[in-house]
Amino acid sequence: MRLGLVIDLDTCVGCHACAVACKEWNTSGTTAPLTDYDPYGARPSGVWFNRIRHYEVGEYPHNKTINFPMSCMHCENAECVTVCPTGASYKRAEDGIVLVDQNKCMGCNYCSWACPYGARELDRVSGTMKKCTLCIDRIYDREIPEEERQPACVLTCPAHARMFGDLDDPESPVARAVRQRGGYQLMPELNYNPTNHYLPPRVHAPIPTDDLKKKAVRKVKEWVNRVVER
Amino acid sequence: MHPALAVIFLTLFSGGGFGLMALTAIVNDFQIDGGLSPMQTMVAVLLSVLFVTIGMLSSTAHLANPKNAWRAFTRWRTSWLAREGVFAVLYYPFAMLYLVWVFFTGGSADVTGLLLANVAGALGLITIFCQGMIYACLRTIRQWNTPLVPANFYAMGLAIGATVLAALRIATGGPAQTLVGMAVALLAAAAVLKGIYYFWIARPNGPTIRTATGFNRSNVRILDQGHTFGTFLTQEFGHTIPAAKANTIKFLMYLFAFVIPVWALALALSLGLGSLAWLAVVSVFFGIGVERWLFFVEAQHVVNLYHGRQQC
Repeated sequence: MRLGLVIDLDTCVGCHACAVACKEWNTSGTTAPLTDYDPYGARPSGVWFNRIRHYEVGEYPHNKTINFPMSCMHCENAECVTVCPTGASYKRAEDGIVLVDQNKCMGCNYCSWACPYGARELDRVSGTMKKCTLCIDRIYDREIPEEERQPACVLTCPAHARMFGDLDDPESPVARAVRQRGGYQLMPELNYNPTNHYLPPRVHAPIPTDDLKKKAVRKVKEWVNRVVER
Repeated sequence: MHPALAVIFLTLFSGGGFGLMALTAIVNDFQIDGGLSPMQTMVAVLLSVLFVTIGMLSSTAHLANPKNAWRAFTRWRTSWLAREGVFAVLYYPFAMLYLVWVFFTGGSADVTGLLLANVAGALGLITIFCQGMIYACLRTIRQWNTPLVPANFYAMGLAIGATVLAALRIATGGPAQTLVGMAVALLAAAAVLKGIYYFWIARPNGPTIRTATGFNRSNVRILDQGHTFGTFLTQEFGHTIPAAKANTIKFLMYLFAFVIPVWALALALSLGLGSLAWLAVVSVFFGIGVERWLFFVEAQHVVNLYHGRQQC
């Protein structure tokens, strides 16, 4: 089993709801708290497992805004685990989730250097490295209804741009979405083989603008202009 | 990368200390310039242990949660950082036993003494390799992901060690012609190797903002980083330096790390001035400290691509 997320860049509206839901759930979760520094001051900062960035892709008029959520990719070749000297970072054999044992971490930052995706952030208060747990305390919780056994970010996404599932199973909805939509991994040249995949924006036929029917007011305006010119 | 002083001091001082131990063993092995006297040997080994200890202690200042530092020795099968810790700790008993042996028997060059000295020196050299590999194994930072990094660490550790050894000899008496020659040769080799490194990293390659976001055939530009103020990521990885400023600092680095030590050692040898020889030691530590600072500031982590950098 290889659990992970599939993120649809076509439908993501960039509302940051996934990041807020993540912060809310995990600040009382297994690696809690997600400390904030100066939250109401001039220089607010803090620990987040999920960050959304916004890019412009292409050149005008063929440009597009892409909202880009990023959290731990739960890589197959998780170098963050390889470089950890204490054994605090580990990758679970049964579902591929990468976790940090908060009782073993010595806060040397080395794993964050090894992560190309910026998934790991040091909590200055606890002195330990923290990261996305794929809501391990939700997805295996038998006390909550089965449809809610998903990461908080996936449940909250209003655009259904996030999907959670087993990418090892070729018939799972996530694997099918990756297959059908040409889902891809980030920075494949580094060979980390991330589990999370991104679905590119769909290619839409361009809306023609040159043969739009002219509005009546504009027609009158143009006629007036012609008359004045004469 | 954020140039943390704790990590700069770790590789600077322990590298010099291990280089000094290895060269002390070699000089006594081959009786270079008649070998070191027992007193000189003890001072050299003491300085080596002192430098390594300064480095190791300062590295713990980099830990956010040092109470778990003892666990850092456990993952030596996979982690270069753990291997460095293991070999650095293994160095201590052999260096200390050599010190005790020379103190009680005066046998700085007998079979037992040399055995201890060479094992300590070899363990130190292995530790320098592990320190270099801590950085060289990271595929996320192209300026570090090169075999030139451990090669540079070796050259500079040995150059520092040779400078200290030559200065010690000039200051405490005895022929120093070959020792100074060895120091000058190692300083020159280190300068050339560092030059090759700078040439190598000047050429841009590796991931771009396009491969980072997956839009391989379009221009990609950041609109918003998504955070109000800095994050751990911008504080740890956001450091950069303009090329012109870096070049000025590199010029000063070459001056202090290589030119002044060579000049001071040569002059100290011909005039027999111990104080000038120690100036070479201070200068080489300062210069290579600046080199280590640049090594961090010039390293550009690929996570910067997600914050809008086009290339790292």
